[in-house]
Amino acid sequence: MNFLSHLINGISLGSIYAIIALGYTMVYGIAKMLNFAHGDIIMVGGFAIFNAVNMLGLAPLPAIVAGVLTCTALGVTIEFVAYRPLRGASSLAVLITAIGVSYLLQNIALLAFGSNARQFSSVVNVPTLKLAGGRLAISGVTIVTIITSIIIMIILTTFVNKTRTGQAMLAVSEDNGAATLMGINVNKTITITFAIGSALAAVAGALLCSTYPSLTPYTGSMPGIKAFVAAVFGGIGSIPGAMIGGILLGVIENLSKAYISSQLSDAIVFSVLIVVLVVRPTGILGKKIQEKV
Amino acid sequence: MKKNKLLIQNSITYAIVIVFWLLMQGMAMTGHMTSLLKGLLVPLCTYTILAISLNLTVGILGELSLGHAGFMCVGAFAGALVTNSMADVIPGLGIRFFLALLVGAAVAGLFGMLIGIPVLRLKGDYLAIVTLAFGEIIKNLINAVYVGRDSSGFHFSIKDTSSLGLDETGVVLIKGPQGITGTPEAATFTIGIILVLITLFIVLNLIHSRSGRAIMSIRDNRIAAESIGIHITKYKLMAFSISAALAGVAGVLYAHNLSTLAATSKNFGYNMSILILVFVVLGGLGNIRGSMIAAVILTLLPELLRGLNNYRMLIYAIVLIVMMIFNSSPKVIELREVFMDSIKKNKNSKPKEAA
Amino acid sequence: MAMLEVKNLGISFGGLKAVDKFNITIEQGQLYGLIGPNGAGKTTVFNLLTGVYKPDYGSILLDGRNITGKSTIEINQSGIARTFQNIRLFKELSVLDNVKSGLHNHYGYSTLAGIFRLPRYFKQEKAMDERALELLQVFDLAGVADYKASNLPYGKQRKLEIARALATEPKLLLLDEPAAGMNPNETAELMDTIRLVRDDFEMTILLIEHDMKLVSGICEDLTVLNFGQVLTQGETSAVLNDKRVITAYLGE
Repeated sequence: MNFLSHLINGISLGSIYAIIALGYTMVYGIAKMLNFAHGDIIMVGGFAIFNAVNMLGLAPLPAIVAGVLTCTALGVTIEFVAYRPLRGASSLAVLITAIGVSYLLQNIALLAFGSNARQFSSVVNVPTLKLAGGRLAISGVTIVTIITSIIIMIILTTFVNKTRTGQAMLAVSEDNGAATLMGINVNKTITITFAIGSALAAVAGALLCSTYPSLTPYTGSMPGIKAFVAAVFGGIGSIPGAMIGGILLGVIENLSKAYISSQLSDAIVFSVLIVVLVVRPTGILGKKIQEKV
Repeated sequence: MKKNKLLIQNSITYAIVIVFWLLMQGMAMTGHMTSLLKGLLVPLCTYTILAISLNLTVGILGELSLGHAGFMCVGAFAGALVTNSMADVIPGLGIRFFLALLVGAAVAGLFGMLIGIPVLRLKGDYLAIVTLAFGEIIKNLINAVYVGRDSSGFHFSIKDTSSLGLDETGVVLIKGPQGITGTPEAATFTIGIILVLITLFIVLNLIHSRSGRAIMSIRDNRIAAESIGIHITKYKLMAFSISAALAGVAGVLYAHNLSTLAATSKNFGYNMSILILVFVVLGGLGNIRGSMIAAVILTLLPELLRGLNNYRMLIYAIVLIVMMIFNSSPKVIELREVFMDSIKKNKNSKPKEAA
Repeated sequence: MAMLEVKNLGISFGGLKAVDKFNITIEQGQLYGLIGPNGAGKTTVFNLLTGVYKPDYGSILLDGRNITGKSTIEINQSGIARTFQNIRLFKELSVLDNVKSGLHNHYGYSTLAGIFRLPRYFKQEKAMDERALELLQVFDLAGVADYKASNLPYGKQRKLEIARALATEPKLLLLDEPAAGMNPNETAELMDTIRLVRDDFEMTILLIEHDMKLVSGICEDLTVLNFGQVLTQGETSAVLNDKRVITAYLGE
């Protein structure tokens, strides 16, 4: 029962990573860049929701909507101001700029909210589920998290495969130049990608802070890194890969914390990543790109 | 011709370091040195060595490493371990410190080679994330390790101090998350500058040699390098492990500038790796002198902005973003060229107008 | 003994036979052409010969030595050098350094000797400089030795790539579409250059080309490749007048 409980919590944590990883992998696949600031957008989402609840007195659901709107606006603005000017520059230059944006967000939050941890009250009001005669308790947050990530995955996959905008996104990720020649507005497509990724970050923020209630300007950083690891693990650029990578990562992390050592859980997670990449260099579902000689 | 130009350029680089040293010494002797600046001198040397060594991997070999701090960490702990455990065998601190530097470099270099073997065959972004992962693993492992020494030798544990099973003569050397305490502060600014000069010597000479050409040919076109018979793995490992070894040297210097050495996210985590990467990119990939200057300026900048207190990191971040866009945005570069051309045109047309 | 003897060479990619039953015999000092419509598998043949791909079957003998399945580095050391369809220079290095990198395996000193600037470093570097300039002189590039390779005009870049390949002291030189992107003047100059390389360096040359003027102008013999298989081989004018070859290029 203990094992099952740890497993389910791991899946829940992994679902959060998966939602974050989706944002990373979409932006990487379509805009061909590593948005290092993605983790910090999660943090902004967390603070937006916190302030919406505590300062504006909004109920959880409207607060989440406020968070999503804030993050979407933020993501789109960042893309326009910091990343678009660097379209065509080396990927290293874009990465460093993204790092700059990450620092910027963290320090603005530090100035605005200080470094003291906020107690985030869960936005989930679903009661704990008790199974197996009360021996297995699954918290409401866990249930909502897992279901949310499944729903997001379904919606996103449908969107990408069935809508025109989604197809445009696929086209841009395959071949930017050809997509333009086909009449696809690449700028608009990339903006929409960032919008979706940032909206997802807000949702992830809501779920993350509901699970781990302490919120500081640095809250988004490590989950962001881990979600990035998950995206690479699953094969960067692949939506199902991000899901699988995220959930596997969450499960491994949680089981390591429970059965080996909470100190070493991070080391173990990263080690698994390394083993996988050594065996399968493009990640679990990643595509092998043949270099033309 | 070219040979002389190279000699002059390198001499300028060394000269900048020596002039800086003289300047700082001068300031200290005439009482113009603030304690703030004094405390920054050894860290400046540390960051400079880190930046130069990372540039070897990122700018010369062309591989993005986000785990440089991990090698610094390995070197720091190996070096501090030597200094702290050899006090009775080698009483002279100077010699012990020298030995610590050698051991730190060697251990870090070894880690570089071991990690390099699986990592260097990965592509770009995957390599980056794996190096980041290794950096975090190293930091995590060192935090979990307890090392002690007693009459029967060295003891290791990953649980706690008591499970080391030391006898009465036992001394705990590494206390898990608390790290190593009591390292003698053997690092001085002069020693730091000497280490910077040695780092420059090694890296600059490597770059301008047959091996350096091989490394850069791999960076510029791996497939072509292979086609002319260059052993890709050998030279990738060479660059990577030399880079790691030098990061280890920086680590030893760092460790002997504090009394407590603990591996935190701040000093040995990915934040540090990224900080060094920022120095390298801003100084110019492959530009050794540039990384040196960037490391110094970007370390001093937040301190000089202390007057602006809370806003300094914010300004730092804005400066970073603006500089990147200014330096690398294709549109901005185009605008700059148009601007420069129009200035030239004005210059050329002026004499006619005057007549 | 022929310089290059390839028997029944073949490779498949995911079920598609890219090259099948490929045979070719090239004598020392020949100027040999490999032609065929786009996608026929010509560059794949080059990749097989230089170890970029390992063949599924068949054998490759270079100057009597079996090099089938060897690595690119081993093959280069055995004596094959190549240029690429999309010029692959070391863009950030100088023109001189591009050639010097080709001399890597023929002049040596240890890395430590380089770092500590021991006498051997100076001696070997000087020898490499001389040899590299010699090669650049042949291609009229000595004047731009210190330029960054990416700053050269296209035609000169192509010549530099050939110079770098020659620095590795090959027995067989493979040129992949050397005239690609060149105007008639540059092509004529290239033809002279290739003839010069064959004559002065006693080089055996196999080249892939689409430019028929160059092919008919300098190649002595041709092999025509179509859908990965040899369509016909033989003396240039005979091959070019072969109806099947004309049909293959123009389509039915």
